[in-house]
Amino acid sequence: MIQLGIRDLVKYPFLAETGEYLRDKGFNLEQLGHSDWKPIVEKAYGRIVVATTGQIYGSAIEDFENVDSEILSFVIAVVLLKSAGIPTLIKRFSLAEARRAERYLQQDLLQKKNETNSELPLKIMQDLFSVKVMTTDEDFVISVSDYLKRAVQFHEKEWKLINRRVEKGFVFLTAHETVRLIRKELDGYINSKILAVNIPSIPDIFRERVSDLSLLAKKFSEYVTVSSDYPPCIKHAIEVLDRGENLPHSGRFMLATYLLARGQTTDQIAPLFKNAPDYNERVTRYQLDHIAGSSGKGTKYSCPSCNKLKSENLCFEIPECSGIINPTQFGKKRTANA
Amino acid sequence: MLEKNVKLVNDAFKEYYFKHFELIHVPTRTSEREFGYQKFNEGMTRHLSIKDDNELHLLLMTQVPSDVYCSNAYYSFPNLPMTEKDWKGADLIFDIDAKDLKLDCRTSHICCKCNSCQNIVKQGINCSVCGSTKLETISVTCENCISESKKEVARLHEILTEDFGIQKKEIQVYFSGNEGFHVYVVNSDYQTLDSRERADLADYIMFNGIIPETLGMSKQNNSKFALPDVNERGWRGRVAKEIFTSKSKRVKIVQEILSGGYSVFQAKLEDWRQKIGVKIDPKVTMDIHRIFRLGGSLNSKSGLSKIMCKDLENFDPFSDACLLDDEKVEIIANCPISFKLKNKKYGPYEKEKITVPKYVAVYMICKGIADIN
Ligand code: SF4
Ligand SMILES: [Zn+2]
Ligand SMILES: [Zn+2]
Repeated sequence: MIQLGIRDLVKYPFLAETGEYLRDKGFNLEQLGHSDWKPIVEKAYGRIVVATTGQIYGSAIEDFENVDSEILSFVIAVVLLKSAGIPTLIKRFSLAEARRAERYLQQDLLQKKNETNSELPLKIMQDLFSVKVMTTDEDFVISVSDYLKRAVQFHEKEWKLINRRVEKGFVFLTAHETVRLIRKELDGYINSKILAVNIPSIPDIFRERVSDLSLLAKKFSEYVTVSSDYPPCIKHAIEVLDRGENLPHSGRFMLATYLLARGQTTDQIAPLFKNAPDYNERVTRYQLDHIAGSSGKGTKYSCPSCNKLKSENLCFEIPECSGIINPTQFGKKRTANA
Repeated sequence: MLEKNVKLVNDAFKEYYFKHFELIHVPTRTSEREFGYQKFNEGMTRHLSIKDDNELHLLLMTQVPSDVYCSNAYYSFPNLPMTEKDWKGADLIFDIDAKDLKLDCRTSHICCKCNSCQNIVKQGINCSVCGSTKLETISVTCENCISESKKEVARLHEILTEDFGIQKKEIQVYFSGNEGFHVYVVNSDYQTLDSRERADLADYIMFNGIIPETLGMSKQNNSKFALPDVNERGWRGRVAKEIFTSKSKRVKIVQEILSGGYSVFQAKLEDWRQKIGVKIDPKVTMDIHRIFRLGGSLNSKSGLSKIMCKDLENFDPFSDACLLDDEKVEIIANCPISFKLKNKKYGPYEKEKITVPKYVAVYMICKGIADIN
């Protein structure tokens, strides 16, 4: 059994040990309703707001005076989210928290050389996601089947097994790749943890922020449907935006023209770009209208060809892409050999 | 197949199934498998479950199937419709077929049959009799096809053991009963992989989708130290052996590669894929709901048996898998190509009446190049 330090709980507040820690210290919801705790409620709300913008909340880990407030801000954020009960917010929060934890996991893995904290991240991966990670001199090693089950979700060619060092049933990874591999599961884990939390009633000082969350969620309410029959290039672009990462202009152009060709309207498409780091509603609208040909001279742009997208590194070809020359043809030609 | 031909082939199959119980067994975890079969000129019957060898033998005797299949997958309820079967896992399977190897010998042993008038021509795109373009390719298999297929099997075997860490005893190699080999991996932790994951595994085996970076070439600042070395394991090592044919040439070849740059290197990847990628049929490996020809059963495309190859190197399908009777049969052969069975050469025949052992007659009828007289 590994002894978790309080620092570990700041990094990984979603672990079951957090509850124990707080109980030992005598914290409970009722008590947190006291107005003395208002700053932490604010901190918790801030943590959610940061998450919804696609950024990663930074804890001042080295600043140890406030470890309890770091841990509590996570717990209270969960309480607020749970009370508001808005799935998009919960989804965005768990993804952001997963990416936050990912950073610490990576740091902890890399520290293995000084042996301070290498066991915990390995244990988290083993216990929570049943991925057995072993370490060699400079690499992390997992079984081919554990690898495949996770890596096939990525579209980038680097993640294809052929582009990995594979020996005797094991795949060699860097610390960064190892944690990247479990992001989805970490996200799912935090998400399910939040969904499983049971909150009987909340203190009054929480209420205001709970209703603020409903307002916050309005921003995301127009939800864009991601159809499973989109080609991989389009799915990838949507995922990049969804993670709040930057999608180059050529990628946005591809996405917009594709969705327009599929009959979506600029109103339906615009919300997709909301997560982009440089999002500006007016500019986005203008650009979309321009592409759709509904403004100015009215030239309607069509979706770039697969060849063009390949040259722009936006193509993530899969076998189902064979025989098509434009993403808009994806899924239309059925192969004879079913 | 013509009715008069069916009778002969059917009787030959029945006799085989009667005499060769020892070759035909249900696979392990029998109760979790789906079975299926086909009869001559009939559709497929599937979603069957079979209890044991006895029940299987009874089915073979009573139904005399042209082909018998069994799932590589394990289900809780193998005899329910697909959506209710409850998939639990599946052995890895690989299909290596000589016709996918693009061998030069192929042209010498294929011919075409017209779907409209049954006329057989050596080659062409139109039927020389009725002009129809609906021609079906018929091929027999030659020794070269088999020895080249064996090389693919050996290379697959190396990847399975060296790269994927699969134990030798979990790998079973079968002659497919026609033009290639079927390889099974049982009891591995690959059993729970889904179709997409298997597709990526297949790409690995086929050397598909490799990027220059994996082999140490990037768009800028290349160094000779990043290029693969013959002592490395996995694909880097195999590629190194392909590029650096001898130690003395390494320096020169490295220089060529570095001055050629990224795009030249990238273009080479395709050549290497053709050369060193293992030629498996990815559709088979990806399919986790397939019913696959049962070991020990006959293949109706040839009348040969799908049998296990314990000693692949010395395995001779034209004798070892040719297990039908040798009773003499008279047939009309229309076969512009020749083939060998049990070390004897047959053909070419031009609409001739010939008397041959039953296994030859069945082989030719199954191939569509003879009819019973
Ligand atoms: S081949 Fe075309 S459709 Fe498929 S991923 Fe590439 S660009 Fe998209
Ligand atoms: Zn014809
Ligand atoms: Zn041949």
